[in-house]
Amino acid sequence: MNVNLTLVGELIAFVVFVIFCMKFVWPPIIAAIEDRQKTIADGLAASERAAKDLELAQDKAKAQLKEAKAQAAEIVDAAKKRETQMIEEAAGKAQAEREKIIASGQAEIESERNRAREELRSQVAVLAVAGAEKILERSIDAAAHSEILDKLVAEL
Amino acid sequence: MAADTGSYIKHHLTNWQVSVGDSAFMTLNVDTLGWSIFLGLVFLLTFRSVAKKATTGVPGKFQCAIEMIVGFVDSSVKETFHGKNKLIAPLALTIFVWVLLMNAMDWVPVDLIPFIAQAIGGVMGVDPSHVYIKSVPTTDLNMTFALSLGVFFLVIYYSIKIKGFSGFIKELTLHPFNHWAFIPVNFILETVTLLARPLSLALRLFGNLYAGELIFILIATIGLAQLPVHFMWAAFHLLIIPLQAFIFMMLTIVYLSLAHEDH
Repeated sequence: MNVNLTLVGELIAFVVFVIFCMKFVWPPIIAAIEDRQKTIADGLAASERAAKDLELAQDKAKAQLKEAKAQAAEIVDAAKKRETQMIEEAAGKAQAEREKIIASGQAEIESERNRAREELRSQVAVLAVAGAEKILERSIDAAAHSEILDKLVAEL
Repeated sequence: MAADTGSYIKHHLTNWQVSVGDSAFMTLNVDTLGWSIFLGLVFLLTFRSVAKKATTGVPGKFQCAIEMIVGFVDSSVKETFHGKNKLIAPLALTIFVWVLLMNAMDWVPVDLIPFIAQAIGGVMGVDPSHVYIKSVPTTDLNMTFALSLGVFFLVIYYSIKIKGFSGFIKELTLHPFNHWAFIPVNFILETVTLLARPLSLALRLFGNLYAGELIFILIATIGLAQLPVHFMWAAFHLLIIPLQAFIFMMLTIVYLSLAHEDH
C-alpha cells in the first residue's frame, strides 16, 4: 500500500495516454461530431427554405390559375358576343338578299306582264280587226282605220 | 477460521510486487501497472478504432455510443472551462474513461482473477499462497496519486503560463488578504489549498474504491449469504464507479479552469 516506483510508471503511462488521446483520438471524433452537427443544421435550414419556397410557389400557382380562369371567362364571353353578332349579321344579310331576290322577281314579273300586255295589246288589235271583219263580212281598210284601232288598243 | 479470514483479506489486499532496486521505493506493483496499462490500451484502441472510421454521415451504433461519451465529456468541459485549450478535453476524456474502466474492475468477482492467477502460478511451480494480484488499479495509492499529480503539475504549469511566475507567486502570497503583513498567513493558506487539491483528488478515489473492494472481500467471507448481499453491493457500485470517475474528471476540469483564471 506504500507509495513506490509504480507511481512514476503510472505517471508516465498517464502522460503517454493523454498525449495519444490528444493527438489521435479526440480530434477526429470531435471533428466528425461537429461536422455532422453542421450538416444537420444546414439540412434543417435548407428544408425550412424549401418549405417557404413551396408555399410561395403554391401561392403563385393559385394566382396564375385564377388569372387563367378569368382570361378564359373573358374569351368565352367575347366568343359568345361574336357569335350573336355573326348570327345577326348573317340574318341581316339573308334578309337583304331575300328582299333583293323578291324585288328582282317582282321586277321580272312586272316586265313579263308588261311584255305580255304589249303582246296582248298588239294581238287584240289583230283579233279585233279579224272580229270586225267577220262581223262586217267585209274587209276593213286597215290603213284607213288604224287610227281608230290604235285608239282602241291604247285603251286596253 | 478467524485467522483464515484475516489472512484471506490480507492476501486480497496485497499487491504483486517486484523489487527492482535496493530501497523499498524501488518496487513495482506489477498488477497495478499491468491492469491499468491494459485498461488504458483498451480505452485508447477502442476509441482510436472509432476515430479512424468516424464518418460525418450516418454513424453506426458503436460510433454513436463512443460519440455519446465524447459529447458528454465535451459538454462538461465547455460548461466549466471557457478558455481555449486543446489539452483539457482529451485529458478529461482520458481520465473519465480510464478511471471508469479501472473502477469497473471492482465488479469482477473478488476471487476470480486471484484464482486464475494462482492456478497459472501453480502450473508455473510458484506457491499459490505467494501469488498476489489486485485487479482494481484505483485501489492502489500509486495509481490515484499518479493521476492527481499529473493534474497537479498541469495546474502549476498553466498557472505560471497564464499568470506569469510573478502572478503565480502573487496569488500564493496576496490572497485572500491583500496586505503585505499577511503574506506569511496567505502563503500558508494558499499552499494548503493548492496541495489539498491533488491530495483530496487522489485520496477520494482511492478511499471510495478501496473501501468498496474491502467490503466485497468481506462479503465474500460470509458463505452462501454473500450471493444477495454481493448483488446489492455490486448494484450500489453502479452508482459509485461512474460517479467517482465523473468527480475526478470534473474536479480536474475545475482545477485547470481555475488555473486559467486571472484574478
